[in-house]
Amino acid sequence: MSTPDTPTAAPTEAEITDPTAVPADVRPADLQDERLIASQGFGGWASATWGRLRSGDLGSLPVVVGLVLIWGVFYALEPAFLSSRNLVNLSLQMVAVGTIAIGVVLVLLLGEIDLSIGSMSGLAAAILAVLFVARETSVIIAVLAALGAGALVGLLYGTLFNRFGVPSFVITLAGLLALLGLQLRVLGNQGTINLPFESSLVRFASQQFLPVWLAYVLAVLAPAVYALSAWRRNARRAEAGLSTTPLSRLALRALGLAAILIIVVAVLNRDRGVSYMFLAFLVLVVIMDLAIRRTTWGRSVLAIGGNVEAARRAGINVKRIYLSVFTLCSTFAALGGIFAASRLASANQSSGGGDTNLNAIAAAVIGGTSLFGGRGSAYSALLGILVIQSISNGLDLLAVESNVKFMVTGAVLLLAVIIDSLSRRSRAAHGRA
Amino acid sequence: MTTTSPASVLSMTGVSKRFGAVQALKDIEFGVDSGEVVALVGDNGAGKSTLVKCIAGVYPPDDGHVVFDNSPVTITSPAQAQELGIATVFQDLALCDNLDVVSNLYLGSEVVRNRALDEVTMEKESWRLLRELSAKIPSVRIPVASLSGGQRQTVAIARSLLGKPKVVMLDEPTAALGVAQTAEVLNLVERLRENGLGVILISHNMSDVMAVADRVVVLRLGRNNGEFRVSDTNVQEIIAAITGATTNAVSARAARKAPQEEQA
Repeated sequence: MSTPDTPTAAPTEAEITDPTAVPADVRPADLQDERLIASQGFGGWASATWGRLRSGDLGSLPVVVGLVLIWGVFYALEPAFLSSRNLVNLSLQMVAVGTIAIGVVLVLLLGEIDLSIGSMSGLAAAILAVLFVARETSVIIAVLAALGAGALVGLLYGTLFNRFGVPSFVITLAGLLALLGLQLRVLGNQGTINLPFESSLVRFASQQFLPVWLAYVLAVLAPAVYALSAWRRNARRAEAGLSTTPLSRLALRALGLAAILIIVVAVLNRDRGVSYMFLAFLVLVVIMDLAIRRTTWGRSVLAIGGNVEAARRAGINVKRIYLSVFTLCSTFAALGGIFAASRLASANQSSGGGDTNLNAIAAAVIGGTSLFGGRGSAYSALLGILVIQSISNGLDLLAVESNVKFMVTGAVLLLAVIIDSLSRRSRAAHGRA
Repeated sequence: MTTTSPASVLSMTGVSKRFGAVQALKDIEFGVDSGEVVALVGDNGAGKSTLVKCIAGVYPPDDGHVVFDNSPVTITSPAQAQELGIATVFQDLALCDNLDVVSNLYLGSEVVRNRALDEVTMEKESWRLLRELSAKIPSVRIPVASLSGGQRQTVAIARSLLGKPKVVMLDEPTAALGVAQTAEVLNLVERLRENGLGVILISHNMSDVMAVADRVVVLRLGRNNGEFRVSDTNVQEIIAAITGATTNAVSARAARKAPQEEQA
């Protein structure tokens, strides 16, 4: 933020004619081009953001606006919707499908799809219940077996995709049916297996909440870590002669994040609090976000989603990336199935059936991950599932029948896809594809 | 410049490639020395791009011997070609539109620090490299989709130089460029030669070829159809070889000898 004190020589012509011009060598290396519209201060930031939105680079704005609308409508119809008790319920309900949606985000980033996530989660639930209850193995073995099944299925998808080049939606559509069959077979003629309420899994999913103090500490710690890493990045950029984010904007962001988190924790703590399972989901989202944005693997995923051929020619092992992403997606689906079985304390023939599949895909798309590949973030799983689950939860509170629920969720998904397509077209027209 | 050939960095003999019933390349002889610019010319469908892709590891050749840096190699993948030190700028640029300039420059060879991408170093180096090429790119943090054709070409060429290659292949580098940008790319090609790199230049533009190449290799219908040193040939001769007006290299040579002897 300090002005470098270069020895001031005789003023150049530019300085005489244009008093605001900065000598080129003083500006950071990335801001020297005279065509760059420098966005300085809050006004510059606001106008740059406005321009980005107008050109179709909507980011997460539609979903945030949508969420506010949905919450407003449900609150007007049924004030209990925004009660702490219901919001805690919401935080518990969204974890299972939200976890599945993280995997969906990954495959969508590649421009592929996995339609069998619902069946996979059901299969994982069945494996968990059979091993844990019927065979009486330890929790760890049952969970690992369920996750392992997910990984195996994903490996199979990836191998089939790489080897035969079959479109992923066909492979996984076949998987949808095959896994459902496997789920019924694993469950056998029992049909429904209940997990004991006192088991660690069920307690984890519905009864264990963070101590109040710990929740607040985390709500303050997370923005602090964010601010620290941003500050260190700034320092490195300054050292390298690159532009830095103004400290005021950094502070604003960190404080905004802290405010949001503290409000969330305060509201949830008025009832049972922040559940460990919900925290686990948030941690998974953050980890996957870092993996996508900050690692070579994530960069490869985005590159393949943007242009497979370019990625291949750049020397990226495209097949390995496909394999890893399909594996991760199925594993996340299995984890989602485990969370669902733990929360409902049972696994049955309809676990992972119904709208699980579509809700997970809808969550990823509604959250802002493009169906066309190469664009999106792990946070869209969080935002999207928040929207989907809010609708589902609100309609339940209003005692609307499930036929209406399905139609409403379908309409919201359609809306999200239309927004995605429109903003994609607009981005192309404004050269931001 | 000495007349003795410097160490050959890449040489290929008897290279063939078929696509189904189409013989795209047949018994191709081709090579480049370090510090030499070889122009690869030919009509559409002559096999230039196929040969480039064979060298770059995109299509492994069906047959033939490749010697790189005095040792025989088989190039089976783009990654292996890059490791050997063969960098390619493809005609269809092969950039990821959704990624920014820095990501595209370092795609496949990202700088990693503490197991995370080192964006700062990559951005700094990107600016250094782009300035070196006197590239006119306003920001390296915008998606490549929003750049002009010339800027995209510049990014693609800059990208090829990151891995410190020994051979750089440029497939139609000036096809989409304006006058000044073409001159810049040609300057760039000369700078590559001065740095001791072997440059393979594929072009339809004879004035570009005559301006920078040391040697011209002509392909016609998937076969070698003549080889010329730029210092002792002219555009007509090369065009004749490209179009097949002279049926083979021997008659081409004979035709060339005659007027030269008259001049002598």
